[in-house]
This record gives sequence, structure tokens and C-alpha cells, in this order.
Amino acid sequence: MSEYIIKNGHVFDPVQGIKGDKKDISIKDGKIVDKVSSSAKVIDAKDKTVMAGAVEIHAHIAGPKVNLGRIYRPEDKLFSCTATHGMERMGGGASIPTTFKTGYEYAKMGYTTAMEAAMPPLFSRHVHEEIRDTPIIDEGAFPVFGNNWFVLEYLKNHEVENTAAYIAWLLRVTKGYAVKVVNPGGTEAWAWGLNCLSVNDPVPYFDITPAEIVKGLIEANEYLGLPHSMHIHPNDLGNPGCYQTTLDTLKLAEGFKAKNNFGREQVMHLTHSQFHSYKGTNWADFESGAKEITDYVNKNKNITIDTGNVTLDETTTMTADGPFEHHLTGLNHLKWANVDVELETAAGVVPYIYSPNISVCAIQWAIGLEIPLMMKDPMRCYITTDHPNAGPFTRYPRVIKWLMSKKARDAQVNAFKHKDKVLSQTSIGSIDREISLYELAQMTRAGPAKSLGLTSMCGGLAPGMDADVAVYNFNPDKPVTNPDDIETAFSRCAAVFKSGVQVVQDGEIISIGNKRTLWVNVNVKENPQVMRDINEKFVKYYSMSQNNYEALGHHFVPNPYALEVDATQA
Amino acid sequence: METVTITMKNAPALYLEADNVSPDAFAGKTAAQISELHVHEGNTTSALGKYFEVKGDAGATAADTKIVVKGDVKKVKYLGFKMTAGELVIEGNTDLYVGAWMTGGKILAKGDVAAFAATAMKGGDLVIEGNAGNYLGAAYRGDWRGMSGGKILVKGNAGSDIGMYMTGGEIVVNGNVDVHALTHAEGGKLVVKGNAKSKVGGQMIDGEIIIFGSIDTMMPGFKPVGEVELEVDGAKAKFSHFIGDMGERHKKRKGQVVYANLYKKL
Repeated sequence: MSEYIIKNGHVFDPVQGIKGDKKDISIKDGKIVDKVSSSAKVIDAKDKTVMAGAVEIHAHIAGPKVNLGRIYRPEDKLFSCTATHGMERMGGGASIPTTFKTGYEYAKMGYTTAMEAAMPPLFSRHVHEEIRDTPIIDEGAFPVFGNNWFVLEYLKNHEVENTAAYIAWLLRVTKGYAVKVVNPGGTEAWAWGLNCLSVNDPVPYFDITPAEIVKGLIEANEYLGLPHSMHIHPNDLGNPGCYQTTLDTLKLAEGFKAKNNFGREQVMHLTHSQFHSYKGTNWADFESGAKEITDYVNKNKNITIDTGNVTLDETTTMTADGPFEHHLTGLNHLKWANVDVELETAAGVVPYIYSPNISVCAIQWAIGLEIPLMMKDPMRCYITTDHPNAGPFTRYPRVIKWLMSKKARDAQVNAFKHKDKVLSQTSIGSIDREISLYELAQMTRAGPAKSLGLTSMCGGLAPGMDADVAVYNFNPDKPVTNPDDIETAFSRCAAVFKSGVQVVQDGEIISIGNKRTLWVNVNVKENPQVMRDINEKFVKYYSMSQNNYEALGHHFVPNPYALEVDATQA
Repeated sequence: METVTITMKNAPALYLEADNVSPDAFAGKTAAQISELHVHEGNTTSALGKYFEVKGDAGATAADTKIVVKGDVKKVKYLGFKMTAGELVIEGNTDLYVGAWMTGGKILAKGDVAAFAATAMKGGDLVIEGNAGNYLGAAYRGDWRGMSGGKILVKGNAGSDIGMYMTGGEIVVNGNVDVHALTHAEGGKLVVKGNAKSKVGGQMIDGEIIIFGSIDTMMPGFKPVGEVELEVDGAKAKFSHFIGDMGERHKKRKGQVVYANLYKKL
């Protein structure tokens, strides 16, 4: 493999504590190294910003509900298609881009790793086929567990060991990465015409509460010592007053400590926290609960969060929170689709327009920015748009602009139709903080990598780590006169390396790299009861056989990278 | 106003996508520059001048530019695409998407136009002297935003699904219309001087339909509420008044429940 040296860039690397020093980054055989030979290809990064490749912790970019969005929204591709050019195949879609466009867009912004946030286990084969067709970036997928019949039945009797054995089995057959929980119990309750809006609402038939599901899954996750923690989208998403349910959910993590060999410190990751930080009793007195949520998270070190920034775009919402999407279509009257996944989950899809002329949307925008600006430790708060729910991931450069520039935020506030309402219902107007490049590297690289248990692999530039490097046309020594320059710089990298292969040059794709599928292989003690239960469920309930369930082999995972976990001694 | 005349001299073998034939794309350009604008035939991109003879320079702005399209353009799509101002005259029959996404200006089609004319039109005038195809003034595939402003006059007949998801503006058809007029509409007005077929106003939430001739089969979701006298184009007549679609959600305006109105001449 070739050698590279990225010279004279301003390096920002929280893993090594480098804060913009001029430093050379050497690459050899796919890894960052101390030094390279004189034949190494030189990349001039003078007056440029150099960071590790960014890590996406939560996006919906592959699988049946993403594809359902693509199928039922041909208008999303209207005027957003690009023809084949250079290395790139044709692509299209604004909020739900095609797989190829997804890979290209992430890479051009300097992202080299991304996690698909909700994989229905039954459709893991579909998820992996799309991951396979998404070029360049390493990807993993989180199977959803929060409404799964096995989990509900085991945790009803607090059988943590059996739950853990089931998780290990499911991660292996679906080539999954982490334990995802969406509206715990609520999606299953919806099959009975109900929902769980608090952590104490019982799930019908199963007679278990969301609180018991969440605590049980944290216990099982730590029993196994998985790389990532339990990753939760709590109950009561998106409703005025939901912050209380969010706080109740966060409190469930109290007393738990992370137990793993991957450097992870949290036991719960709260995703798209913006959607869970609403105060008020209805849409008229709707207000921000960002302070209450961040106050709690700031104090409790065993929790990490991501933001879920509203980007003020027309987008497509999609979640395994089936009842929420049904509720949403009743609010905006736009087309709704739902996929029920037998025994496991259900996902809904509804288009949504976050209009700057609607006060609720403008307040949501402000909350999404308040959260990272109020979080004291950027290593525990990561930038996401819950793509495509709060906005497309292609808007990250704009979110970065808003976070890095008070001037840019003020300009947006002044452009809102209901500016006064935004200022009275949130504190966005009084926050002066501007995120530094070092903090940005924490929020988009070192932080999410640590939360995912990938800290030895990616998210930093220390020798021995994967050579995922992004070079931005941004000179940190020059004061920013126009905040739009920030957005421009972070939209298209000067150069990007993925595992030591240069994939982007001057904003254009020059290689599709060596994409990997990340998954977690857990060895557990033999558990005949769980194996018998799985067999029985397939015989009695599933409409397919176990033989057709597993995502296995070159067709589904052509280039796997397994993180090995030994839980046999647990 | 300056006039640019483009005349078909080498008819395309495949359908030609001429989305640059609009006063906006032509504005400020000489005849030679206009000849260089791109068109797509199948998967090949070439210059407008390969197919059309271009005569005359455009005005400085779209508003100062008039385009006259001559010759056989029945295999040409997207004439007047996204135009905002100026004029376009199409002398013969033409294909899909005439005046699609237009927001202003005037289009006069002297012959027939095929489907999807005035897709998601926001403003301006479209006059079709021949017949219009299906999906006139409708939303793009999958979209919920049909024609929202402007005026369309069809002197001949119109096809099916016209005004689908219409939210504003006006369509007048002097002849007959096919099935599914104004499906899902949430505003706007349709006047049909001839006859309509079945499923008129299905799932309509708001807006107005006036039919002078017959309706094959009335939607069961429309409820008769009496007779009214209306003045349409200066002529007064008596109509039966229906409201609907009762099977759909109903909006409220100033405390009053809103229905779509359908008037059928007695």
C-alpha cells in the first residue's frame, strides 16, 4: 500500500490532545504511523484544518424503511439527481439519497464511519445489501430490541442472562453492532391500539413496563460488555412535555457502570435528544426543555447523547416508533406508510417540512442547537440530524456553521417569521458560546468513536489507528468574516483518506476505498433454553425459517470486520 | 419585446427533452448562443441548434423575450419548463410537461399538448387551443402540491386526473374532461363547459368545480345542498350545489367547517 504524508496542516485531535498545532500526519499500510519514507506522497495541508475522519453515530441510511421512503417519495428525487461522472455512479434524492449518493456525500464531508440506527432483525439481509452498496464508508447497523417478543418475555421475569444470550445470537445472525431501543414497549403496545407514553405504562399482554425493558437491556448490555451501550430513543418522542419522560428514562441508568474492554464509559446513549427535550402542554405554549435535559446529562457521566438538529428543510421522517408516525400524519396530513415486522418492530414513514415560518419548527431548530451549546463535555454530545428525521445529513456543514458562529445563529433567528416566540420559548438568543474546532473534533470524531467503543480504531490520529483523515479548506488562523465560509469549507473536503486510501480530492470522489461492515461477535456460554425458545418461535410464529433469517456470506457482508467480545466468563 | 423563432429542421428520432426552451434560459442571449443551449435526446446531450433553426436574439430579460416554436414538435418535451416571465407560442402539437413548474408569463399552445402540462404551476397563463392530455395542472408523481396559481384555458378537451392535488388557480375546459378531475384538491377552481366522467372531485377537501354538461357518475361522497344561481364568464345559470368529499377530513376556516363545492348545471 502507498505511503502518504499530510504536511503542515493545523491538526485537531482530541485523542492526543492536539489543538490546532502544525503537524504532519503520516500514513502507511492503512494506518497512521510515526514516520514514512521519503518516497511517501506529500499532501500539502498548509493553512488547512486536519482532523480524523468523522464518525456518524445515528442515521437512517440503509434498510427497508429507508427504501420505503425512496419508493413512495419519487418527488424527493425531483431536481436532485446527478448523472454519472468521474468515479461516481448516478445518484439522486435530497432527504433519502440512493445508497451510492449516501456514500459519496458522507465521504466528501470527511465522514468515514457511519451507523445505521435501526435495523429490523427480520430484514437484516436487506439492510446489509444496502450497506454493501453504499461505497467508501465503514458501516454498522443497530438491530432494534425494545419491542422484541423474546426481550419482552425474558425481561418480564428479569432473566438478564437469557436476554444477553438472545442479544448475542441476534447480533451474530443479523451482523448487528449494538442494542437499539425505540419507544420501548410502545411500538408493541400500538399493535393493541395503545402506546407507552411514560416509562411506567404497561405493555398489553406482556405486562412489562418500558422502565423494566430499559433497565434489563442496560444490564444485559453490560453483562456482555458490548462495545456500544444501550442506544435509546425513549417513549413519548416529539410531544410537548416529553422532557419529563426523557428525564425518567435517563434516571433508569442511575447506579449502572460501564463494563467493557473497548474504552466506553457510558451505559446509555440518548439519541436525537432534541426530539425529547420539549416542555409545555400543547403546541401553543411549546417551549424548550434543553436546560433540564442537559443539566441532568452534565451531572451524570454514564450517559452520552446526540443532538438531532432540525435543519429547516423538507425531509422524510422515518422511525421504528410506528405510533409516532401515525400521530404525525394526523398532524400534517401528508402521506403515511407503515411496515409491521412480525414479532420484532414496526416502522412508519411520513414526509415533513420544517418551515422557518412555523413557530414550532423554529423552536425545534433552537432546541437542537441549545443542547450542544449547553453540554459541558463535548466528548459526550455528538452532532446528528437523526438523518433524515430532523434534516438530511448533508446539512451537517450548516449545523456546524450555526454551532461555530453566534452571528450565523442570530441571522437565522432574525429570519424567522416568529422570531419573538423563538426568543421567548428558548434561550438560544442569550447563548454566546461558539464551538471551537477542537470541540467540533470531539463532537464528530473522538466522542462518537469512544461512545461506540471504536476508540482504538477511529476518531483520532494517533499512530496505530486506522488512517481515516479529513483535510478541510479552513484556516483556523484566519478570523471568520462570513459564517457561510464555515459551511462551504465543511461541505467539501480538500482531501479524505479512508483506511489509508485517498478517496476524495478537492471535493471529488477519486476512489471507492475499501468499505467494511462493522459488527459485534459475542461469545457466550451455551444457553440451550434460549436456543430452544428461538427454534420454537420460528416454528410457531415466524413466517420464515431460521435458515432464511441469517445475513451471512459474501452477498450480504462482503468485507466484514468483527469486534470480538468474550462473554463466556460473565 | 424581442422575438426568437425556433423552427424544427431535424426532427429527433427519440423524444427530445428541451427544458431550455423558455424565456428565462434564452434571456440575454443571441441566436447563436441560444443554439448552443443543451437538449437531451435519450441519453445523449447535444445543442438545441442540432434540431432547431434559431432566428432572432432574445431580450435582456425573460419578460422582454417571446419565443415562437414552429415545425413538428410533437416529440418535444418540457417547452416553457420553469418559466417565470415572457411569452412562448407553440404552433403545432407538442409532448409532455408544457409549462411545468411555470411561475409566470404566457404560453399559447396552438395545437394539442400531451400529459403533465402545467405540473405544479404557480402562476402565469397557459392557453391550449387544442386538447390537453392527462394530469393537466396536477402534482408531480408522489407529490401533494399540484397547481397553486395562474390560469389555464383549454379550448378543446382535457384528459383524466386534471388538477390532481390542486391548491389554487383556475382551469377552464371548454370541451369535455375524462375521469378523476381535481382528485385530492385542496383549493382552486375548475370550470368544464362540456361533460365530465365519473369520480369528479374524489377525496377533495377544498376548492370548486363547475360542470355545465353531464357527470357520468356522481361521487357518493358529495351531498346535495340545494340550488344556486351562478354567473360564469358573464352568463348566469342555475346549478345544483353539492358539498364534499364527506369521506375526507374537513378543515375549519373562521370557525366554519370547509367543504369542496361542486356545481352542476340544471
